[in-house]
Amino acid sequence: MAQLATAKEDDAAKAAGRASGRKPFRLSTLMSIVGTTPMILTAVGVFVICILYSFVLSFTNSRIFPAFGAENFVGTDQYARLWSTGRWLVSVNNIWFFGLLSIAANMTAGYLLAVFMDQRIRAEDLFRSIFLYPFAMSLVITGLVWRWILDPNYGIQATVRGLGFEDFRFAPLVSADTAIYGLVVAGIWNGVGVTMAIMLAGLRGVDSEIWKAAKIDGIPTWRTYLFIVLPMMRGAILTAFILQCVGVVRVFDLIVAMTQGGPGIATQMPAVFVIQHITDRSNVGLGMAAATMMLLPVVVLLGLQVFVQWRANQAKGKAS
Amino acid sequence: MTTETMTAAPISSRIEAGPRGAKPKTLTASRVGIYLFLILAALFFLMPLWVMVVTSLKTMPEIQLRNIFQWPQQITFEPWLKAWDTACTGRDCNGLKPGFLNSVKITVVGTTVSIIIACLNGYALSFWRYKGANVLFGLLVFGAFVPYQVVIYPLIVGFRELGIFGTFPGIILIHTIFGMPILTLLFRNFFAALPPELFKAARVDGAGFWQIFFQIMVPMAVPITIVAVILQVTGIWNDFLFGTVFAGRENMPMTVQLNNIVNTTTGVREYNVHMAATILTAAVPLAVYFISGKWFVRGIAAGAVKG
Repeated sequence: MAQLATAKEDDAAKAAGRASGRKPFRLSTLMSIVGTTPMILTAVGVFVICILYSFVLSFTNSRIFPAFGAENFVGTDQYARLWSTGRWLVSVNNIWFFGLLSIAANMTAGYLLAVFMDQRIRAEDLFRSIFLYPFAMSLVITGLVWRWILDPNYGIQATVRGLGFEDFRFAPLVSADTAIYGLVVAGIWNGVGVTMAIMLAGLRGVDSEIWKAAKIDGIPTWRTYLFIVLPMMRGAILTAFILQCVGVVRVFDLIVAMTQGGPGIATQMPAVFVIQHITDRSNVGLGMAAATMMLLPVVVLLGLQVFVQWRANQAKGKAS
Repeated sequence: MTTETMTAAPISSRIEAGPRGAKPKTLTASRVGIYLFLILAALFFLMPLWVMVVTSLKTMPEIQLRNIFQWPQQITFEPWLKAWDTACTGRDCNGLKPGFLNSVKITVVGTTVSIIIACLNGYALSFWRYKGANVLFGLLVFGAFVPYQVVIYPLIVGFRELGIFGTFPGIILIHTIFGMPILTLLFRNFFAALPPELFKAARVDGAGFWQIFFQIMVPMAVPITIVAVILQVTGIWNDFLFGTVFAGRENMPMTVQLNNIVNTTTGVREYNVHMAATILTAAVPLAVYFISGKWFVRGIAAGAVKG
């Protein structure tokens, strides 16, 4: 809304400016504003007002419907409650564990695949297609397939036992301690191809002179990949990393399809927690407190980014 | 294979070639190792697809034999027909086809609407930047990072007020909103990279906002539009969260219906039907992927690099 107001003021100012000989107001500027109305509404309506709305609701005791009466405001009670709710604490633990493990595994495997793909191999396109096709499928499908593969009665475990290894145990989803590893494997299967593609593009972008120089110095290939080329691919790594982070925070479909948060609450995640509290559990206040906590890392990271950029600009200003 | 790469390629062509990794040298063992690694990795990635197909072609008694990797002794297409036509979610036994039709409708309309809007946004942001436009764009980019859960509830409330919660226009609007950040970015970057003379010449000729857009920019934007279409078709088709929350029973997309079919607890669990249903749901994005090939990769890269 604020943006809309300023845009209008701009017009007025420009219209006034015409009389006093300043840059004239053009019909096209108005058209530009009209043309981008959906963007204005989305940017302001969704990414400002909706976020503020959620934030304000997190200080109320709203149940099914939003409640804004004076008696509904309960201060930070919902946050206190949130951080003493077992289900939430498990969710937060899980997202860290799942996030760190799957990002680390995904990046490592992605780089490894990219390096192997970079060895002048035959049928590169075929391998690329094979590594990347899971990404075209939704996480629901990923979850359902892997649930089937890891099914204790029919999946890998049953198959290997059928071959005569009666004591073979491989059913991560059944146990609360290991279910999350199952999710990690499925997530990697889905997403590692993208990391590989980004990393491979990064590898191919490294100056060939570097390779020649390393060769002349007699540095083994694996060391060149690890200690010389890898640090030069900051852009590709950052891209892959950010993509992973966004994916991890949003992870919802995979959980719903694969474990439904179970066994028990062993694979609960913040995204699932929020949705459950605004639907089945009808506890909007608590749900919004959780949603606000989900936004926190994003705001901190973006703030950091803006700060770093601002510092860089300052430094540039001083230098010139 | 290994000797060929060693001897056949003259040095000059090696320098020209794309991959810049260490050149295959005398160690044939390492070449074998490379292919072994890649083939093992490929088997890992293909295994779920294999399992899906094999399971969907088996009869239930054969599934009871518990060999998940084995090719069916007796191929049956019954599970596929059942998944499409008569599989049950709760009391409804219409299979996946209503979900398929819903997904087609949502994907076609959602992709079209969101791309038209994003194209216009990108154009206006590149050539007609009014005061405050950059702030709006910044907010939109911020929106690309916001977890959906933060804004979903306010949107539910707002959609209820407007009377579009759980309706077809509602789910289209949702996909338009959440597709906007990345698509606008895509189009803005594309238009911003065009030579400015193109725009200036049209201005000199007296063309206005809409004229330049429709007569010059839209025809030029075909390649980036293809990328955007791929991104949106797979994105909307694969969506689960918005479909569950906003689409309502009548417009339930295929992914949601699939999940309901698989998680229906009444009756015997027919795993072959489940897997057939899973393949059917994956078919559209897979087809998009295999037909579009390099464009798909470009789409991901375009979405990712600037995201």
